[in-house]
Amino acid sequence: MAPFDPVSAAIGGALIGLAATLLMLLTGRIAGISGILGDLVDLAGGDRTWRLAFVVGLIAAPLVFAATGNTLRVPAMPGWAIAVTAGLLVGFGTRLGSGCTSGHGICGVARLSPRSIAATLTFMIVAMLVVAITRHAM
Amino acid sequence: MRIFAAFLCGLIFGLGLVISGMTDTMRVLGFLDVLAIPKGMWDPTLVIVMVAALAVSLPGFLLARRRPRPLLADAAAWPTRTDIDPPLLAGAALFGAGWGLVGLCPGPAIANLATLSPAVILFVAAMIAGMAAHDVWRRGAAKRVLFAPDG
Repeated sequence: MAPFDPVSAAIGGALIGLAATLLMLLTGRIAGISGILGDLVDLAGGDRTWRLAFVVGLIAAPLVFAATGNTLRVPAMPGWAIAVTAGLLVGFGTRLGSGCTSGHGICGVARLSPRSIAATLTFMIVAMLVVAITRHAM
Repeated sequence: MRIFAAFLCGLIFGLGLVISGMTDTMRVLGFLDVLAIPKGMWDPTLVIVMVAALAVSLPGFLLARRRPRPLLADAAAWPTRTDIDPPLLAGAALFGAGWGLVGLCPGPAIANLATLSPAVILFVAAMIAGMAAHDVWRRGAAKRVLFAPDG
């Protein structure tokens, strides 16, 4: 496990907050990644160009990070069956629950939205329960 | 300009995820592993990231609220709902289950596509399939309600 680095965590977090603020100030949109991606791939959706641009920026970020002398690490991933199951749950769940860690966790909590606070507490607690089971009970 | 602004925001957002360590699944799982707290093995990174992000977005959104309109668009699309309904909580629970299994939520999953990891690509493909499945199911349900004789 990489050692805890509070300075990097704070700088990175502030950048995430800055990006969410700028997207709202400039384009009037909520930086909710599941909403942006979901509406981008939705065949019945419209106004795709800015969503595509945001997603391209998101994918470009690690490349910019690597190009500026940093090491880009490939994340540890489980086997394909668990990866697919988890992906399906995240995709379906974020659409049904109207958001994820960014839309609810960062933007919604910053707006003090009761819906987003309830959603954030729910996905945090469930994820902690799942990790408690997979890491300590199996 | 609006398109470039969206690209720039995606880039800054992604850099924030990479720099803070949120694209590292082990870090995220290390935070979610609350049973590690008494053993002194818990990773508090996500708390710092959340607090730092909110320290910027909370005043930032207050500022945005006070402006009549965004700089590059006609109107701001502020969410309006305040009700806590079953789909919200059920969806959040399903998402939490998937998040806990791998340690990837949508933002870091997309950013990690840059690593060309086959497992990440598979995860994102399944995530998009899950989103599409939800939209098809929801539209089907809406149609059934629309055409049901007794409403």
